[in-house]
Amino acid sequence: MLLLTCPCCGVTAEETEFHNAGEAHLKRYGPGSDDADYEAYMFARKNPRGVHFERWRHAFGCGKFFHAARCTMTLEVFGTYSAQTLAPPAEIAAKIKARRPEWEGYK
Amino acid sequence: MSEAVSALPHAQYSGLVDLAEAGLTGMITLRGDLASPVLAEAVRAATGASVPEVRRIEAGESGQAAWMSPDELLLIVPYEGAAGVVEALETALAGEFATAAEVSDARAFFRITGPQARDVLAKVCPVDFSDFAVGELRRTRAAQVAAAVWREEGDVWSLVCFRSVAQYVWDLLATVSKPGGEVGFYR
Repeated sequence: MLLLTCPCCGVTAEETEFHNAGEAHLKRYGPGSDDADYEAYMFARKNPRGVHFERWRHAFGCGKFFHAARCTMTLEVFGTYSAQTLAPPAEIAAKIKARRPEWEGYK
Repeated sequence: MSEAVSALPHAQYSGLVDLAEAGLTGMITLRGDLASPVLAEAVRAATGASVPEVRRIEAGESGQAAWMSPDELLLIVPYEGAAGVVEALETALAGEFATAAEVSDARAFFRITGPQARDVLAKVCPVDFSDFAVGELRRTRAAQVAAAVWREEGDVWSLVCFRSVAQYVWDLLATVSKPGGEVGFYR
């Protein structure tokens, strides 16, 4: 069971109040883009064992999307942050680094 | 004009807590920039309440204003005047990026009263009610459906859910508050 803190309303709640919405920080390749880019955007997803960035929606609460950094192996949540970001913010990266020194950083 | 009927008229139950359907209540969903002074003035004109802080509900002379999300309020006003309040809001917010919609007939409103209210609510909501202050509001789920719960005063709690699931929520609350199901956690 994950305990997530919604950065939009400040509520810390258990997983069932939220809904997972897949991988975070995807860059959209729309009409006119390269076929390979489009295919990667459409189908290729990371599936790491360890640090992972996900979108979540506070479905039963304020209804807003946010991002969460967590470990897929231990279910440890490193932190949650605004969905209006293109990459994990520095403080989240620092928290992950403190807990997982071997982590190579966001790619 | 047809006669308006609330979701479960006059529903009442007494068990671990007293449950009652609150009857016809005017509810208005107001979406917009909650930091805007124009919106704050419109909310004050509609309810007499100020714009609530995050997860709070504010009471005024003619209604209540409840925080629903970072860009949404629920205004609770007398049922008969709700349509007029929406019109007044629309006039006041003419130049703003905001919308007001009456949802009175789309919601069900329940009142939960009694010293064991928190125990009953905690049976169906994944929420820690131990330091839940008066005037605090929480949007969460009641078993399988979305609901908003707030503490009106000491032992009086309100719950709002979609009207389509009113019977479900009612049966749920009535079942978990049957005598014999005491928890006694919150004292």
